[in-house]
Amino acid sequence: MALTSATNLGPATALTCRECGHSRDLGPHYACEECFGPLEISYDFGDVTRASIEAGPRNIWRYKGLLPVPSDIEETPNTEPGLTRLVRADRLAGNLGLAKLWVKDDSGNPTHSFKDRVVAVALAAARELGFQVLACPSTGNLANAVAAAAARAGIRSAVFVPSDLEAQKIITTAVYGGTFVTVDGNYDDVNRLASEIAGEQEDWAFVNVNVRPYYAEGSKTLGYEIAEQLGWRLPDQIVVPVASGSQLTKIDKAFQELIKLGLVEDKPYRVFGAQAAGCDPVAHAFKQGWDVFRPVKPATIAKSLAIGNPADGTYVLDVARRTGGTVEDVTDEQVVEGIRLLAATEGIFGETAGGVTVGVLKKLTESGVLDPSAETVIINSGDGLKTLDAVAPVVAPTATIAPTLAAFRAAGIA
Amino acid sequence: MSTVSVRIPTILRTYTGGESEVSAEGGTLRAVVADLEASYSGISARILDDGGKIRRFVNVYVGDEDVRFAEGLDTPTPSGTQISIIPAVAGG
Repeated sequence: MALTSATNLGPATALTCRECGHSRDLGPHYACEECFGPLEISYDFGDVTRASIEAGPRNIWRYKGLLPVPSDIEETPNTEPGLTRLVRADRLAGNLGLAKLWVKDDSGNPTHSFKDRVVAVALAAARELGFQVLACPSTGNLANAVAAAAARAGIRSAVFVPSDLEAQKIITTAVYGGTFVTVDGNYDDVNRLASEIAGEQEDWAFVNVNVRPYYAEGSKTLGYEIAEQLGWRLPDQIVVPVASGSQLTKIDKAFQELIKLGLVEDKPYRVFGAQAAGCDPVAHAFKQGWDVFRPVKPATIAKSLAIGNPADGTYVLDVARRTGGTVEDVTDEQVVEGIRLLAATEGIFGETAGGVTVGVLKKLTESGVLDPSAETVIINSGDGLKTLDAVAPVVAPTATIAPTLAAFRAAGIA
Repeated sequence: MSTVSVRIPTILRTYTGGESEVSAEGGTLRAVVADLEASYSGISARILDDGGKIRRFVNVYVGDEDVRFAEGLDTPTPSGTQISIIPAVAGG
């Protein structure tokens, strides 16, 4: 795996350690050789304007000038994710007492979660760096996205998930074909296994391990889209679910880049992280005033957020503190309540991570931490059809009746 | 003396001559790291920070256990133990 003269990663110029600043050439690297810190993409952005973006395709490739992908990225088969709807959520806002609320509904992506964004960027990097297999450890959504993207690209996939995953996520991965392994362990166990396999199988691109610096940049497109869809401006407050923490930190990075490029006006915004109480290492560290979180063993129905040792947890703390936000957590009961509230007020069926985010939105509004008069955006990162078990025990038909008008009248539902 | 097996991550294999798995001696993780340093000069400073603690972005497993959930560098490493050193920045 190496760069060749044909390698084209667009505006990306180098990999730089977020911890110690040590820089190295672009390549299949993810940890700093000096301190093991995370490597981030450095760029030399060319002339990117609102007009050049708006003239682009109706997917994340409209932002290709801000991503580590080839300039002809649209020419290779990929799932073309992104440009999901930003829903003005007046009924949910009214329910909670907020002035203006938007839901960025990323369940509208090709495999129904935000993971299609990051995988599309990882796939491009994997191709450019010469990898042969697209692989990942996953809590489910990523498994769907990798298996689908590899199928579309015509390359092999190798997906590893905890064996206790929701049945929906098992089926929606297996259907794409490819190598699919369920592992008797939790996500952190699977993650460790993937890291060890990545050290052995040199032509396997584990999207969130050895090509993670590229992959993670895909989440910036959530931030770009929110700003563009708001009419090229930033919201006042944003609530983002925290699993590894990468989505939250990259949305912040996107906002900062848009400011630096002059594409939006510079203004203060507050970033809030949302976790489940059964897996709250970052929320706990925030509340304790710690700079570094302590890993936990997850126990929550929000399996897509069940990462006990989140790679970017520390940087979530940095972003929340820098912007005047917080990191909060909610119980599994509040997660289910959040899913039902979003569905009943906005007609959006989010997965458990969405329930966590709505639950935290509600909790922070009620406690007065969120400013109810400020414009707020929340992320619904995935589709409720993938986590049916979460709500199956608490939702049911109103009545079951015979196909007669008499039975309808007798049921008292008119 | 207990002999253990240590899996070396890709970015540290420059120290081990490309070996992905090496043997070391020591009854605790601390002793194992010291023995690795004796065999592969410079490797300890990659794993431990200036204060002698495991670097923030390094995960070390003794058997199946992340040593942060055990006794850190004082975690016992009986003979035959499998140790893995893994970059922490992965996943999600």
